[in-house]
Amino acid sequence: MTYLHNIGAYFIMVKDMFRKPTKWSVMKGLILKDIDDLIIGSFGIVAFISFFVGGVVTIQTALNISNPLIPKYLVGFATRQSVILEFAPTFISIIMAGKVGSFITSSIGTMRVTEQIDALEVMGINAINYLVFPKFVALMLYPFVISIAMFLGILGGMAACIYGGFSTLDDYITGIQLDFMPFHITYAFIKTIVFAFLLATIPSFYGFFMKGGALEVGKASTTAFVWTSVAIILLNYIITQLLLS
Amino acid sequence: MIEVKDLHKSFGNTHILKGITTSFEKGKTSLVIGQSGSGKTVFLKCLLGLFDYEEGAISYDGKIFGNLNSDEKRNIRSKIGMVFQGSALFDSMTIAENVMFPLRMFTKQSKSEMEDRVNFVLKRVNLENAHHKMPSEASGGMQKRVAIARAIVNKPKYLFCDEPNSGLDPKTAIVIDNLIQEITDEYNITTVINSHDMNSVMEIGEKIVFLKNGHKAWEGSKDTIFKTDNDAVTNFVYSSELFKKVRKMYLEENQ
Repeated sequence: MTYLHNIGAYFIMVKDMFRKPTKWSVMKGLILKDIDDLIIGSFGIVAFISFFVGGVVTIQTALNISNPLIPKYLVGFATRQSVILEFAPTFISIIMAGKVGSFITSSIGTMRVTEQIDALEVMGINAINYLVFPKFVALMLYPFVISIAMFLGILGGMAACIYGGFSTLDDYITGIQLDFMPFHITYAFIKTIVFAFLLATIPSFYGFFMKGGALEVGKASTTAFVWTSVAIILLNYIITQLLLS
Repeated sequence: MIEVKDLHKSFGNTHILKGITTSFEKGKTSLVIGQSGSGKTVFLKCLLGLFDYEEGAISYDGKIFGNLNSDEKRNIRSKIGMVFQGSALFDSMTIAENVMFPLRMFTKQSKSEMEDRVNFVLKRVNLENAHHKMPSEASGGMQKRVAIARAIVNKPKYLFCDEPNSGLDPKTAIVIDNLIQEITDEYNITTVINSHDMNSVMEIGEKIVFLKNGHKAWEGSKDTIFKTDNDAVTNFVYSSELFKKVRKMYLEENQ
């Protein structure tokens, strides 16, 4: 029953996010602040992880291709497919559920504990619109983060491939151009937009409706991370089944 | 004027407010007092519309709050100033930005007009040099004064304060009490304060409502509270030896 109640409350929150909008002059500042916190603030960790995981994917692939009949350019091909289809959109989103999600839950949760949300509501402000909508808009720029993750993942793979001596630069570049299907990019960005929506709303839900004190803020952040990850993995499966099978 | 009629509120099977009827007049400082757990905060949150109630009615200047549509409720709420127990200042904003917030949300004033108003109210609460401080850099007393400045900046018709003196030293508490009293007189607003600080009761309680176990056990003023023989009130208000002596002296002087 609690799960059903939470699912219902989540969808009502999503609906309320678009009701009684905050004045644009105020909202503009909130959106810019959230772009800074959630998007620009994530570039560093995303770049670091993407570059090195791209390198690891290349090394693992190269080490597992022991048959001399398999061409070396397949290392680049496999890296590209792994990074574009799954690593960048899905696994970076799981990492972001930890980084961005816990930030959103703890910041909104702290506002709940310290009665700042009550203060907004007493003033007649739609607190859900004021707090959640700017995060939703900011995270609509999330595909830029994923584009960078894709680029750096493939670049990291290239660096590992060349400096590890697994294949030549020409082979790697031939591999990453082989049988390129533009729809795979479209598929990856459709997933990214859906995950961005989940990243903005599920942690906000757990922060906004939390009860208790500082300890519960920590618990709410953990719960938000778990459920955001579960939702990402489930929707990843459903979207892949719908778009690629 | 705020009128409350037969207000009932429960959480699950726990009946918190059991038929409270009272009124709070314009231009007067009214205090709601009672022991912890007597229902003061729930009562205040019902008045503010933060909690729904099962039975009864709350009206603001004759308009029953529960019968209003969302725009009308929003309109009334924009005329409410609230000072929370923990101040509830927005910790991502400076003190000046906190005070300016209601103006930015509800008025079409130019930036210079808003700055003038913020300067005026910060001066009014004796915080003219604190504009650029963050709330975390301010003391408890300063935070309370900022919360009062934010509550009055948009010239409210109703001011609510939830235990404005909690956590403050006696001297600062008196400063806050006097400030609320002066603001109530100056702007002719309806002020309701939740408190269990007996100094506040004696200093500024033009009307006092005493709650016990969710019932209204007594109502009167700072003058009549000395004379009452209501056991519930005397046990609560005169529980300390100091206040017993004060009461005795008052009664002897006025015999």
